[in-house]
Amino acid sequence: MSITTTNNKKEIRPLKLSGLEPLVITPESNFINVGERTNVAGSRKFLRLIKEEKFDEALEVAREQVENGAQIIDVNMDDGLIDGKEAMVKFLNLVVAEPDIARVPIMIDSSKWEIIEAGLQVVQGKCVVNSISLKEGEEEFIENAKKIKRYGAAVIVMAFDEVGQADNYERRIEIAKRSYDILVNKVKFPPQDIIFDLNIFPVGTGMDEHKRNAIDFIEGTRWVKENLPFCSVSGGVSNVSFSFRGNNPVREAMHSVFLYHAIKAGMNIGIVNPSLLEVYDEIPKDLLEHVEDVILDRRDDATERLLDFAENVVGRKKENKVDLSWRENPLQERITHALVKGIDAYILEDIEQARQQAEKPLEVIEGPLMIGMNVVGDLFGSGKMFLPQVVKSARVMKKAVAYLLPYIEADKSNKRQSAGKVLMATVKGDVHDIGKNIVSVVLGCNNYEIIDLGVMVPPEKIIETAKKEQVDVIGLSGLITPSLDEMVFLAKEMERQEFSVPLLIGGATTSKAHTAVKIDPQYKHAVAHVNDASRAVTVVGDLLKEATREKYKNDLKLQYDKFRKNFSKRSKVKSFLSIDEARENKFQIDWKNTPIQKPNELGIQQIDDFDLAKLLDYIDWSPFFRSWDLHGRYPNILKDEKVGEQAQSLFNDAQALLKRILDERLLKAKAVFGLFEANSINDDDIEIQYSENSNEKKGVFRMLRQQLKKHADQPNFALADFVAPKDSGIQDYMGCFCVTTGFGTQELAEKFEKDHDDYNSIMIKALADRLAEAFAEYLHERIRKEHWGYASEENLSNEDLIKEEYKGIRPAPGYPACPDHLEKITIWEVLKVKERIGVELTESLAMWPAASVSGYYFANPQARYFGLGKIKEDQVKDFAERKGIEYKKAEKWLNPNIAD
Amino acid sequence: MSRIEEILSKKILILDGAMGTMLQEYQFSEEDFRGKRFADWPVSLKGNNDLLSLTQPEAIATIHRKYFYAGADIVETNTFSGTTIAMADYKMEELVYELNYESARIAKKVAEEVTAEDPEKPRFVAGAMGPTNKTASMSPDVNDPGYRAISFEELRLAYKLQAKALIEGGVDVLLVETVFDTLNAKAALFAIDELKEELNSEIPVMVSGTITDASGRTLSGQTAEAFLISVSHIPLLSIGFNCALGAKQLTPHLEAVARNTEFGVSAYPNAGLPNAFGEYDQDAQEMSNQILEYLEKGLVNILGGCCGTTPEHIKAIAEIAKDYKPREIKLQRHAELVSASQNTENQS
Repeated sequence: MSITTTNNKKEIRPLKLSGLEPLVITPESNFINVGERTNVAGSRKFLRLIKEEKFDEALEVAREQVENGAQIIDVNMDDGLIDGKEAMVKFLNLVVAEPDIARVPIMIDSSKWEIIEAGLQVVQGKCVVNSISLKEGEEEFIENAKKIKRYGAAVIVMAFDEVGQADNYERRIEIAKRSYDILVNKVKFPPQDIIFDLNIFPVGTGMDEHKRNAIDFIEGTRWVKENLPFCSVSGGVSNVSFSFRGNNPVREAMHSVFLYHAIKAGMNIGIVNPSLLEVYDEIPKDLLEHVEDVILDRRDDATERLLDFAENVVGRKKENKVDLSWRENPLQERITHALVKGIDAYILEDIEQARQQAEKPLEVIEGPLMIGMNVVGDLFGSGKMFLPQVVKSARVMKKAVAYLLPYIEADKSNKRQSAGKVLMATVKGDVHDIGKNIVSVVLGCNNYEIIDLGVMVPPEKIIETAKKEQVDVIGLSGLITPSLDEMVFLAKEMERQEFSVPLLIGGATTSKAHTAVKIDPQYKHAVAHVNDASRAVTVVGDLLKEATREKYKNDLKLQYDKFRKNFSKRSKVKSFLSIDEARENKFQIDWKNTPIQKPNELGIQQIDDFDLAKLLDYIDWSPFFRSWDLHGRYPNILKDEKVGEQAQSLFNDAQALLKRILDERLLKAKAVFGLFEANSINDDDIEIQYSENSNEKKGVFRMLRQQLKKHADQPNFALADFVAPKDSGIQDYMGCFCVTTGFGTQELAEKFEKDHDDYNSIMIKALADRLAEAFAEYLHERIRKEHWGYASEENLSNEDLIKEEYKGIRPAPGYPACPDHLEKITIWEVLKVKERIGVELTESLAMWPAASVSGYYFANPQARYFGLGKIKEDQVKDFAERKGIEYKKAEKWLNPNIAD
Repeated sequence: MSRIEEILSKKILILDGAMGTMLQEYQFSEEDFRGKRFADWPVSLKGNNDLLSLTQPEAIATIHRKYFYAGADIVETNTFSGTTIAMADYKMEELVYELNYESARIAKKVAEEVTAEDPEKPRFVAGAMGPTNKTASMSPDVNDPGYRAISFEELRLAYKLQAKALIEGGVDVLLVETVFDTLNAKAALFAIDELKEELNSEIPVMVSGTITDASGRTLSGQTAEAFLISVSHIPLLSIGFNCALGAKQLTPHLEAVARNTEFGVSAYPNAGLPNAFGEYDQDAQEMSNQILEYLEKGLVNILGGCCGTTPEHIKAIAEIAKDYKPREIKLQRHAELVSASQNTENQS
């Protein structure tokens, strides 16, 4: 029984879309690939660019996608921290002005109708709206569909209704049919402009209820195409293989197999990462059979069999053959090759040969080694080498230099000429040094002499060393917000003591804005904000070279001055509410009806020596690559055209070290957490009950409230809003925690440094950071599912966890929702963190060891992450009073968040 | 089905020629433009052709009549710039409703009189809705490509007011014309669609775009087919092109549209390309010779003239068009479609 008999057999109604050029999709068309990199939810890089308002670079992302063959581009600006409507309009206006991007149709993607509508109002071509559904009922569905029709767009309809998301065959066809009938009959929506997204869910998860996820989608697609004339079917393909992430050969095969069958069933549009796709015919027969068993649910043990087989697939990947032909080349070429490729196996024998040929040992450094490092510098400068490679080159260089040093010492006749002396330090109270070390290494490679004072360096020591060593540049780094004030202080000191050397500012919390507004005016000589290591060499070069330094300094000063002026103009436009008004506009939860679950285990618990292997699946790798200046989202970054090879090699090295960490138990993971009875009091505070030595005690967390004036209906959030107020009479709960994986890091890093292996020294710290974050993620899940137990049914992939799709939140003091570090002291008091697991707070309230995470737990389903933004003096005053501290002290700690 | 749709399926309809070219012959002075009513208006009014519907209504009626007598089935109202946006140049935003209403009334009166003279050949009035002088999807500032001088919402409101006045003044069809930025046209269509629902009106709509130069694209960068796709969400009486090019240069773009649409196709080109003095000097004979190609290829349902064309040109075009069958069009798409989906219901 099929509708496409008599009448419709001959009739074709193509889906027609347009940018500057037409896109006509007929049944004969090949599968249409939608580019999704311009999606803040799908691309961390794009999110960062939009957050930083780097629209030019964001446009490049769009352009690249179109150049790489995307036939439609999906644009999504749904993120809690950006104004989605404004960003959508601004970005689309710019896209429309770029003919080589605007030639393709645009998919306007948002869960908010107002963003969709704003997008529709700025695009001349026929767009696709992504998406609408019956989730909020028929009335809203009809109303939006009618408008979409009037705006002249096609629409993606999600298989979602008032009851929930369709997750089996029957529900998929039920919702599709109902949606179709409403659209065609009531809205008179052209059926060819309807695209169904029938929900692609993962298979091979090990859960029985997921077994039919792929086949139900495929069969649902077949039914829709046979019974609902003229419509299209779409979906995000990579979802299907989530449980096999990390194993690209299997994922690629799964995508191809899934698409092969889904396309045969009628799926004609989709989001597919072309680099994660194997040619169906080229999938090895045995793998194909195992994958098809899973996708098509052909046998009960399909998942287990594929899992077993998958290990084998990874193992089967082509072995790395070591090509040693370069060893035949002349000496200089061998040295250069070793430096460029970061191969240290033969460097000592080559250097010894070079030393024997040279008149003085120093000539080996100034000759062959520098020639090689210049090649590295050129390749890096032109973007053909990436940071991890350069750090590896530095490792080789350091080994060579260490070998030569005794000979040079013996030959006192000369001193080595360096390009300049650079003092590097992480400021007082701060312990984070990954970025600083990378910059040191990169500068070191470029013939600068580095004096690295390490972490938590008091300003007197920086000043003193700078004078004694007569350094040419001072570089300061910091990750936590109090470090910003340390840097300002240091700039003032440098001015007072009549320094004239340039000051470099870097580190995660630093910004051009902070440097321009707060640091630069304190010091009349050059101040430069350098946020990525790759720029450090050019900036320092320009600052030191006789020919350029005056001009460069003046340009910098001018640039910051201009920035300051614009900044002051901009900040004036923002208007604020008084703290009382902000409290009036607090986020309202209906406490009588909101679910509140008493934790299964109230009180404090401690975990000593946790098994790190359990954390591997929880690692969010994307920030790891970012710390090496490789930008992109894991796992796609491994296949990235530009940095993929490098990312893969870095990843392999990380895996190797990670294996060592696990096998040799090099790092220790510990945690302490507590769940408590809690109520909000006085609007912004949260009072908890906890027991200490069997005494009942009360603790209070002082929260801060957003004061920026919001659009209508937008509340001014404080974390206290997520806990029931005491006067409601309802008992609520919250928790706090500290996890660490940092014990052992320092020792290891020092050991590597001693072996001149900066690469692994940086690597170990980066990995420890990732493990700490993974531990926090892991523990939060256990809290949700067991210790508290409010989400015992939850079943999220790591991807979902990274996207923060869980219920409840775990904000950390020092981060956007609660940027005040002082509350860490309260956490330390309540949980006895130092006594229990040994993690300490520095004077700037950074945690030591650095690879630690602390924060709160909130369980309310309406709890969400937000950014505090700027606050006003009245709140600072109020905060100081509530906390019983002096205004000055509160001002000092909250300074980065106080509006000017 | 309205009367005009019915006739469209049977013959090629003839649209009028240029209004501006005809008005130039009157050589109206500033005072003529002002008339008594606007004698003290604070800004210069010379060149505000739409205003002549209020100050020189006889001239406007005469020109309409000349085009009807030349063989036109449809004349366009004298409302090319009749939006609050375009009228802002003359500080006449407040007069927009009246300008459109009066222009429609004048044209309709002439149409009824001429129809009465020859009831076999009913005459129609199209309410002309120009592009305004601002673009919604392009920045006027080359250094700031994200900037827009006008929003969709402003255009929608402006067009809605104009369309309402035209409908209430009695036009038979609305003509969104000389579209150089498709987003402007979409705002007009959005407004018209809303208005049709609010007034419970079934008034047919024509859309006519402009291919600006030899690149074959609209000013906002779309190809003919992309333009067609972008405005086809509202049922149209016809879609086509006018202005900017002569009949010959327009042919490939008309073909692109004719091949891909089920709506009627219209063409009203300029009298050739402008000469060195910016004047159009293609005569009626030459223009109708070029239009012969449209007819031979069966490309069009509606024909007329834009800049530089006169009743003479229209007469020549009407002459040759009468021997040709119109391009075949399918209407009533929706009825079929609903029955198709009801089929599904019965079977599932």
